[in-house]
Amino acid sequence: MKFAILFAAGAACLATAAIADNAILVQSTTSTKNAGLYDYILPMVKADTGITVNVVAVGTGAAIKNAMNCDGDVLLVHSRKREDQFVAAGYAKQRYDVMYNDFVVIGPAGDPAGIAGGTDVTAAMVKIANSKSKFASRGDDSGTHSKEKSLWAMAQIDQAASSGDWYRETGSGMGATLNAAVGMGAYALSDRASWGAHANKADFKIMVEGDQRLFNPYGVMLVDSQKCPNVRSKEGQIFIDWLISAKGQAAIASFTFDGKQLFFPNAR
Amino acid sequence: MPIYSESFAAAFGLLASSDRDLMEILALSINVSLASLVLSCVIGLPIGAFLAMRHFPMRDFLVGVFNAMMGLPPVVVGLLVYLHLSRSGPFGWLGLLYTPQAMVIAQMILITPIIIALSCQVLEDLHEDYKDFFNSLVVPKRTALLAYIIDARYSLMTVILAGFGRAISEVGAVIIVGGNIDHLTRVMTTAIALETSKGELALALALGFILLAISLAVNFLVQWLKASARRRAYV
Amino acid sequence: MSNQTAMAQRGLMPITVQNITLTLNERMLIDDLSCIIKSDGMSVIMGPNGAGKSLFMRCLHGLAKPDMGQILYADIPLDPVIRQQQSLVFQTPTILRRTVLANLLFVARQRGIDDPKISMDYLAQLQLDHLAQHPARLLSGGEKQRLALARALIINPAILFLDEATSNLDPASIETIETNLQSVSKQGMKIILVTHDIGQAKRLADDVLFLHHGKLAEHSPAKSFFQKPKSAAAKAYLAGKLVL
Repeated sequence: MKFAILFAAGAACLATAAIADNAILVQSTTSTKNAGLYDYILPMVKADTGITVNVVAVGTGAAIKNAMNCDGDVLLVHSRKREDQFVAAGYAKQRYDVMYNDFVVIGPAGDPAGIAGGTDVTAAMVKIANSKSKFASRGDDSGTHSKEKSLWAMAQIDQAASSGDWYRETGSGMGATLNAAVGMGAYALSDRASWGAHANKADFKIMVEGDQRLFNPYGVMLVDSQKCPNVRSKEGQIFIDWLISAKGQAAIASFTFDGKQLFFPNAR
Repeated sequence: MPIYSESFAAAFGLLASSDRDLMEILALSINVSLASLVLSCVIGLPIGAFLAMRHFPMRDFLVGVFNAMMGLPPVVVGLLVYLHLSRSGPFGWLGLLYTPQAMVIAQMILITPIIIALSCQVLEDLHEDYKDFFNSLVVPKRTALLAYIIDARYSLMTVILAGFGRAISEVGAVIIVGGNIDHLTRVMTTAIALETSKGELALALALGFILLAISLAVNFLVQWLKASARRRAYV
Repeated sequence: MSNQTAMAQRGLMPITVQNITLTLNERMLIDDLSCIIKSDGMSVIMGPNGAGKSLFMRCLHGLAKPDMGQILYADIPLDPVIRQQQSLVFQTPTILRRTVLANLLFVARQRGIDDPKISMDYLAQLQLDHLAQHPARLLSGGEKQRLALARALIINPAILFLDEATSNLDPASIETIETNLQSVSKQGMKIILVTHDIGQAKRLADDVLFLHHGKLAEHSPAKSFFQKPKSAAAKAYLAGKLVL
């Protein structure tokens, strides 16, 4: 008898989730989350719209797949090509620009490949490959990872052939990869925001920046309710509208870390 | 290493100021772990007792299966639960993904085999001791089962403690099915993972020390209970 | 104690054992044993070690099953209902990991006796009432066995079996137990005990079943058994010789 009651109580705990009615789920990236952008703007969103925004931060590839599985209402990632594919496949009606920043190459103060102060990212990568200096890659199908792979391709280097040698694929989020890079004295490609906010820098510095090819735009999409009937379209659209509104854009611009702005609004 | 003193200081600071975020995360950790532990015991103890009492052809095979399941990799369990609870999965309509309930489910799958396998072991010994007496009295199986669980209560505490240890330290499964969402599904372990990924190593370690302290406190409490039980020959 | 015992007893006796045999690992432990145990008095089963005394008692109580033959209680084959009207006190009692009173209550509740006062009365009878809240497993050997007897008696069995229940006990405990046995026997409860204590057998037995190598060598009234045993094995046993 006692068992039955306990079990019922437990089952009641499992009863359909009590997520706030005015809540949406955003599939997004580790770079935005770790930088602290969401901690900064989401309270504002709640105050202005009454919507609670819950963010799941995984790699861009995982975020897109999750959205395709209908496990999210809004997708906010940074991989233009795959975002366009997402829309083309009918998972979203449209893609909105929301903000951008740039990628940087970070490395140890000792700079074994001699790339410090450079503005040409592919030249730097050639130097890294030739000197077989350690390089820590995301290796996780994320937006950062896609960008990194495209840069190796532009530099005409087959970095995958050296995987496990000087090219180390961590298969992890930005923060974990940065920890790994710092831990083994390796170079890495990171978005400026994540690097700026990362607390475990040791003696690492930004080695290469400013190359136009390091441009990193973010896009936001509402998951289409025809593909995914469970999507909270109304609240999702309100969130997106807030992000691209003057207020939202100003909020993004006002987010700083250590006095530096990390994300630059560019909605049209 | 300076990080130890930094972390200890941070830990004390957080606790002393009853940091609101910390309290929220602690409360959720304990809630999720306790809920999954209680449910696992409700399911696992009777099964363990049943396996200890009866010998049927499949019994040894089943005991072997549960023993093996004690070694289930949490991240694999997390992935399987995720696939089932995803909107595109068979139980997506329940809307349980990214909720504390999903975390409880994942932890239950991890803990129940531990409870079954270990309680079966404990109760087997008791069964050897009691079976002639119960046979002579013609005690119905259900009464015997309950009597075993009650009489082995102190030995079972060790079993339950093992389950608690697994629950409170779990991160691999709960981070996948819970999503580590701020103010919703963030527990101590996933918070530690997050702070580590942000490079906030001292803070992560501080949270780790707090978690350790809780584990130690629970363990000491149970040890004290068992010592007093031993004195009264209840084990 | 009530007259329930006497009434129940009329329903179960006599015990008719018909040609039971029990073989284990190719050894015949009980060999074509037949006997009739009547309702009057205390029956004592005796014999050298390994004669099959305990095994025979376990068969009578349904804890062991003979390969051949049957055991009838008033012409009814042994079944769970009949078993519930029996109690067996083991040589080493199984003491639950609870208090003394809780041990007794557990058994009482199995037979629907919910009133704790009845349990306390039985404890008092066996001089255990001052230990009611004591952890039962911390009791001395004699106290544990008195508790086992209290547990056996509280369900008002028609037949009480004792399997070497007082070996290893101090004389005071043995006396308490024997006094209780004689008392309940007078009130109509059938008592069958296995013992290798010849003195105890002489004190308690009304009839003796002497086993040797799994066979019933002799079944006689106590007086004639002790004065003039019929079988050679019994003669040797009573004379204190090793019976091979």
